[in-house]
Amino acid sequence: MARIFAYIVHKGGIADDSAAELAAAAKKIDAAASPVAVVTGWGAELDAVCETLCGSYAEIWKVANQALVYPNAELVRKALLSVLPNDGIVLVPHAHFGIDLSPGLAIKMNSAFVSDVLGIDGAEGSNLKLVRQEFGGQVSAHVRCDASSGAVLNLRPGAFNPQEGAPINGVIVDKSAEVGALTAGRRYLETVVAEAGDVDITKHAVLVSVGRGIQEKDNIAIAEELADTLGAAVSCSRPVVDAKWLPKSRQVGSSGKTVKPKIYMACGISGSFQHLAGLKGSPFIVAINKNPKAPIFQVADIGIVDDILEFLPELTSRVREMKQVSA
Amino acid sequence: MEILVCVRRVPDTSENEIQLNPAGNDIERDDLVYSINEPDNYAVEEALQMVAKAGGNVTVVTVGSDDDEEVLRREMAMGANHGVLLSDEAFDGSDGKGIATVLKAFVQKGHYDLILTGVQAEDGGAQVGGMLAAMLDYPFASLVNSIVVDGGKLKVSREIEGGNKEMNEIDLPCVLSIQTGINEPRYVGMRGIRQVASVKVPTFGASDLGVDASAVGDAGAKVKRMDYFMPALGKGAEMLQGDRQEVIAKLIELMKAKGGLN
Repeated sequence: MARIFAYIVHKGGIADDSAAELAAAAKKIDAAASPVAVVTGWGAELDAVCETLCGSYAEIWKVANQALVYPNAELVRKALLSVLPNDGIVLVPHAHFGIDLSPGLAIKMNSAFVSDVLGIDGAEGSNLKLVRQEFGGQVSAHVRCDASSGAVLNLRPGAFNPQEGAPINGVIVDKSAEVGALTAGRRYLETVVAEAGDVDITKHAVLVSVGRGIQEKDNIAIAEELADTLGAAVSCSRPVVDAKWLPKSRQVGSSGKTVKPKIYMACGISGSFQHLAGLKGSPFIVAINKNPKAPIFQVADIGIVDDILEFLPELTSRVREMKQVSA
Repeated sequence: MEILVCVRRVPDTSENEIQLNPAGNDIERDDLVYSINEPDNYAVEEALQMVAKAGGNVTVVTVGSDDDEEVLRREMAMGANHGVLLSDEAFDGSDGKGIATVLKAFVQKGHYDLILTGVQAEDGGAQVGGMLAAMLDYPFASLVNSIVVDGGKLKVSREIEGGNKEMNEIDLPCVLSIQTGINEPRYVGMRGIRQVASVKVPTFGASDLGVDASAVGDAGAKVKRMDYFMPALGKGAEMLQGDRQEVIAKLIELMKAKGGLN
């Protein structure tokens, strides 16, 4: 089996949670594997990341280059091509950087590429048997990936559980000298931080969250009435923001806000992994969806198969009646 | 500005229940409604808005079969100037790299300043745009949610974590993968579709494009789907049964118990 490399995403001198997940995934490809962590960057932050990885990787390849101070995918790709063997298996977290980097890296390495991998069912020779999801997570598929001339695999964050193991005394190998001058046709300018918005959904204990099932902008009022009655806030999934029915500041998910409510009412939300990535702190999830196959029912605590446009107004009026009686 | 937009026809899964066929090698497709891949539609709208300001043409292209012509016509009804179908038995079974190889051959037959794709299709590949850029040695940016033309360059923002935006300058020609929500795609009515119904859509095959048939399709694919299966269920939700009033009563009790209702 070819060597396995884990591309470490890091920020502010700290490795992303995915670093440990990639190590766990490497063991699923080859239980005897000793994956190599590859870390690109510059300066003290890079050194700090490499040091912390010594506890979980036996070998850490450090690629220091001033051009890599911000992870521009085209520059990182050029650096990786200088240091990685062409038949290597490269693991990358499937998030915005991996989406930018990996398809082009696979082409330049003349390797196979598989995106958004959420399971590895072992290997037969140089063929990897991988698990993916299609059709919005409603169906899974086994995929055979011929890794005989290398492979780049983008792994879904959270899909591989880090393993508890004895601490390793890893060694840092400085590969910086193998990388020449780096230039790219795309240049990073700045990061614009998201606007705060009118309602801070990260501060609410109860969220009434709406998805595509709300169907039209005028129906947002149905969710707002329930939220007002419960003392909750209205949040949403991506399609609602794309349609401009609610502002971006109300979006829960990896490209929106991370929330920690006590109760999360997912109304007409199918439950994509990008959406669920925005839910932390194990809230009590109530899912209401007219599609009994919606993936949200796999992760919810309570499921209700119904049309939210009819169900939510009736729930609102029952809660109101109840509050009037007790008042 | 000459803009090429790579599009795809996909089953519209947002409202449909997907079932497996008895053999487990595909989904049941008989009752599925197909439509344009949603992010691709945003890409076409973005291209149309760009040429409305800067002049030029928008060409939509897809790798597929005769059935896929309908999405080309739909995008032409939106305003795309040309639609092109890349179709050949040799393309069947292509993986992402195979599709990108066919598109690259087509790109090299013409001249495009900018190539757009949707960020991903229903199978979540998010791969063809980045592959095509690498094959052409063009710069690439994924998850693009705004584009401003700035001389011979573009200023693009990418959607990164937490709703933040990563601003980049990128040289032309380049490839961008477009995120949903970048604009508000215009409505296409039946009348618009009828108006382009008789416009000829040129079709190119492997020999027209000079594509080596062994490098694409099933023969060239390093990545192949073996089967479909239903996801292993987690613990799963406790499903509340009964009529709506009963369900609401149970839900209210549960929410009280969890401290969400006083």
